[in-house]
Amino acid sequence: MSEKVLMKGNEAFSEAAIRGGSRYYFGYPITPQNEIPEYMSQEIPKYGGAFLQAESELGAINMAYGAAAAGGRAFISSSSPGIALMQEGISFMCSAEVPLVILNVSRGGPGIGGIHPGQADYNQATRGGGNGDYKVPVFAPSSIQEAVDLIYEAVELADYWQNPIMIFADGILAQMMEPVILPEFKPEIKYEDIKKLKPWAITGYGDDDANRVTVKSLRMQPEDLEQHVDYLFEKYAKAEKELVRVETLGLEDAEIVFVAFGTTARITKEAIELLAEEGIKAGLIRPISLWPFPYNAFDQISDKTKVVISAEMSMGQMMQDVKIGIGKRFPIELINRTGGIIPTSLEIAQRASEILRTINN
Amino acid sequence: MSTHKIFFAGSGGQGVLLIGQMVTYAAMLEDKASTFFPSYGPEMRGGTANCTVVVSEKNVSCPLIYEADYVVAMNLPSLIKFEPLVKPGGVLVLNTSTTTQKAERTDIKVLEVAANDLALELGNMRVSNVIMLGALVRATGVVSESSIEKVIDELIAKRRPEMREINVQAFNLWKE
Repeated sequence: MSEKVLMKGNEAFSEAAIRGGSRYYFGYPITPQNEIPEYMSQEIPKYGGAFLQAESELGAINMAYGAAAAGGRAFISSSSPGIALMQEGISFMCSAEVPLVILNVSRGGPGIGGIHPGQADYNQATRGGGNGDYKVPVFAPSSIQEAVDLIYEAVELADYWQNPIMIFADGILAQMMEPVILPEFKPEIKYEDIKKLKPWAITGYGDDDANRVTVKSLRMQPEDLEQHVDYLFEKYAKAEKELVRVETLGLEDAEIVFVAFGTTARITKEAIELLAEEGIKAGLIRPISLWPFPYNAFDQISDKTKVVISAEMSMGQMMQDVKIGIGKRFPIELINRTGGIIPTSLEIAQRASEILRTINN
Repeated sequence: MSTHKIFFAGSGGQGVLLIGQMVTYAAMLEDKASTFFPSYGPEMRGGTANCTVVVSEKNVSCPLIYEADYVVAMNLPSLIKFEPLVKPGGVLVLNTSTTTQKAERTDIKVLEVAANDLALELGNMRVSNVIMLGALVRATGVVSESSIEKVIDELIAKRRPEMREINVQAFNLWKE
């Protein structure tokens, strides 16, 4: 077991990607994730990997597409407006079934927005910001340790599902420091093994008589394309069953059930303690996978609950999924801040307490 | 107290982020949960810098705070901004070398430390932050003195061995 180290979020995320096996990093600077390209430029070449600063985010995603299509394990990171620019490439890679780990250190929007933390990329991440029918599994860590573990695992998951996997972090997790245990280095994958492990990858003919392989997202025949979309959605249906991750807290006797992810969930946990001091029982559903969303967790909410509150740093983008999860069983309210403002635990507790008072009267 | 919430504030270059990290690191060495969150923004010369540190016996849930058990204020703007955020009964460590006004609160404990003057007496202005840290640690017990000495070795002396001694002296300077 490794020792605890104190690391900044962005540096720990980078180290986790390297230890998980990522060897090709492409990026373009944007706050609040700039320590990632800085760290990668120093560290990834030490493991035989490559760091390249692209000319733009569009360049970065397409370089990652190329590296991954050739069988390499690629990792890219950016922040909200930069991730928006990458959507075309993400759609192409989903269609072409090429693995990738994408980290979004999200910030306030819309437009170029601001540089402070935000969660308003929820729809972009879970509904797909690119064209066509496709899905990207999205995981939202709420601590640096959880982010490290998810990024490390995502390298394997991307290969297994032959699809991009997104990690949805925010400016707080990226900029803060906390103790973390780093996982062991995954064994190196040799170039000769890629042909066996990834028969779909474009590794070149070499000396053998391997079949020609093509990585593409263009299908001119409608029947051919429809068949491909159906095939992709069979895969996504399986992912919807297997990739759900959720943490629940105190649902049995909660009067208020919060739904919150990422840093907002951490703040909400403290708000739950503040409410307990007032004698109000509150619980939490923390989606770790944003797609697939943990709809089934909502069945655990008991009849003692009077209201479900979605706490977010957006105008209620996740609340749409909360509505699907609870149907008409409970009233739903929103507690939110935008613009890069982080709600405090006191603010969440006070607003929740007012909401409960209104409902009880 | 099972959770200690601290703001460290000053101007860029006064080393407030370093002493915030030192407390976070020391807490980790003591197997406590700890988080460090720096303010971040467009960088400016002479701009303000502050960070939030939470040290807890239990799992830290929230790395952000709206009030503090302790505040370390290295300059006047920090005093004005953060004095109102100290919890009643809390501790304010104030650098009186750079502040022309006194703290107003009477329901908190105020430690007046002429950190810049003391640092100059030691021979290096740059250790004023560690003098403030010494006052905070001895007044509050947020982490142990021996943990901070280990952190001086790890975070300072590894890169700058010649700076070890003066930092240890600076840390041990302030006594109530």
